[in-house]
Amino acid sequence: MRLANDFTQGNPVRQSLRHGFGQSLLELARQDERIVALSADLAGSVGLGDFVQEMRHRYIEVGVAEQNLVTVASGLAHMGKIPFAASYASFSPGRNWEQIRTSICLNNQPVRLIGSHAGLNVGADGASHQMLEDIALMRVLPGMVVLAPGDSIEAAQFTRLMAQDSHPSYMRLPRVDLPVYNDPANEYQIGRAYVLRQDDQPVVSVVTTGSMTGNVLLAAQTLSQKGIASEVVHVPTIKPLDQATILGSIGRTKVVVTVEEHQVSGGLGSAIAELVLESDIRPTKFYRIGVNDRFGQSGTATNLWRHYQLDAGGIVEQILALLDN
Amino acid sequence: MPATIIINRRSDFIYDIILQPLMLRRSKLCYNMLMVKPPVDEVQLIEYHATSIRRQIIQMLALAGSGHPASSLGLVEVLACLYFNVLRYNPADPNDDQRDLLVMSNGHACPVLYATLAEAGLIDPLELRHLRQYGSRLQGHPERTRLPWLETTSGPLGEGLSQAAGMAYSLRHLDSPNDRRVYCIVSDGELDEGNIWEAVMFAGKYHLANLVTIVDCNDIQLSGRVDQIMPLGDLAQRWRAAGWRVSQVTDGNDATELLTALGNVQGSRRVSKPLALLTHTCPGKGVSFMEHDYHWHGRPLSEAEAGRALAELGVR
Repeated sequence: MRLANDFTQGNPVRQSLRHGFGQSLLELARQDERIVALSADLAGSVGLGDFVQEMRHRYIEVGVAEQNLVTVASGLAHMGKIPFAASYASFSPGRNWEQIRTSICLNNQPVRLIGSHAGLNVGADGASHQMLEDIALMRVLPGMVVLAPGDSIEAAQFTRLMAQDSHPSYMRLPRVDLPVYNDPANEYQIGRAYVLRQDDQPVVSVVTTGSMTGNVLLAAQTLSQKGIASEVVHVPTIKPLDQATILGSIGRTKVVVTVEEHQVSGGLGSAIAELVLESDIRPTKFYRIGVNDRFGQSGTATNLWRHYQLDAGGIVEQILALLDN
Repeated sequence: MPATIIINRRSDFIYDIILQPLMLRRSKLCYNMLMVKPPVDEVQLIEYHATSIRRQIIQMLALAGSGHPASSLGLVEVLACLYFNVLRYNPADPNDDQRDLLVMSNGHACPVLYATLAEAGLIDPLELRHLRQYGSRLQGHPERTRLPWLETTSGPLGEGLSQAAGMAYSLRHLDSPNDRRVYCIVSDGELDEGNIWEAVMFAGKYHLANLVTIVDCNDIQLSGRVDQIMPLGDLAQRWRAAGWRVSQVTDGNDATELLTALGNVQGSRRVSKPLALLTHTCPGKGVSFMEHDYHWHGRPLSEAEAGRALAELGVR
């Protein structure tokens, strides 16, 4: 995977992942009439504004009713439609997990779930709206694909890949616009992890996903300037995990740091820990960066990433502290 | 050996060679259009099958040693009317793209569904003996992926009506014009679930006139009477307020009344409202010591109780 030139040069374009999702879905819908979108009074907020305008009857408004959102979507999938059910992650899957478990997973209906506003970056709305547990909730469900793209290019590509995939799937999206680190020619796949940066003789593997990948790439630049060589492994598919790529990197460095905008319990860090413990690789150090058994709070995304040490600076500090020990 | 002999339906030449291949409903209307008399009286046909289904329910629950007898017995006439008169389906293909869809939201009452599928010849009656057993397609709560005649997986209450509404939305607003219908059975205890009312509002908003909901008003739920556990208020008003047509079926174990109510669904293309049939059934119907007693919601039958029940149902 190539990184975008303006990202490596330090002046990246910032784009909305929600917009990337919404535009990609609209394009798909123009080509495939099975595509339908549903939301729970949040169409504009999840990037479906244009879809609503253009696709009469194929945008379905269920009102503020997330339990109905995913169960209606299950019925649509049963009739051969390709439903995308989008809301804030706090409410879907936060509110309707059991409906997802029974009516989608056990019922094996390939509903595509979009959980927007995942993470602290939601900002001013505060802790109730900052979903930090969705990866944990979704990755325990049998058959569920769990995705976390890191920029708008990935959000658009994974939307198309979800439509093509025959499994129930979940994609978490942040609220804030994020730096576009992908070269437009990059082509992602479900089920793969990617080494986005590899220094000479790396001493640490930084395994990350979603909204943190951009920050981790910046952190890796700083670490490199401080003489610490790293590998950045981006994991946009948290389930199923790309074991070969992830274990390959950890085998080279023997030091693992995971970074995610999620509780450290149950998310990417837990998934990587499980993977490593069941492998033959014995890392000398393993550390999970994320939110540790706390809730978020109001503030700007910048405030909060600083406070919870999830901005590039905070990630550097935590990795340096780990390596010093 | 079970004392009952399964006869799927009385011989019906017209149905076999004309109606069924054309996916037409087995209704009086269809026979009238062909200017022939129905082979047997419709009501008698339903009652005949209902007795047979009831016996199967008792036997399968006794064998399983667990399960939900009360609502299963109460819904026998409803299921018999659906499968032997109302629903359009192709016995050779559970996924036929012209079929009507039945979503049973109160999945715990699945013994009546399984027994009716067997009575209609869609599954092997011998399979009923494996209810709730390891390796069986007849899971304790129904799973679509194991049994192709099911339209959904249910059990956790409150989710079926939304799925039925999604199916009805697809048929009415997304697909080419069709006269397929979606039937959904929900229980009155299930109406405690908020998810139900989300679906009720949704179906009203989108004018899902191809959706018929049979509300099994049997006045009991797991741990008591419905009016003790959570009073439902004026149900007809609640459904009407959300844009539904409402009909009362005062005796949901009376095939005549049921067939009339379900027959009134005809012509729904001219109306724009979904239909709720508030269907008052007797839980435990047909077995005197079970009727109207909430303790039988999820209580297994002992061998002796099964024997008494079967005797009441005419099995010696």
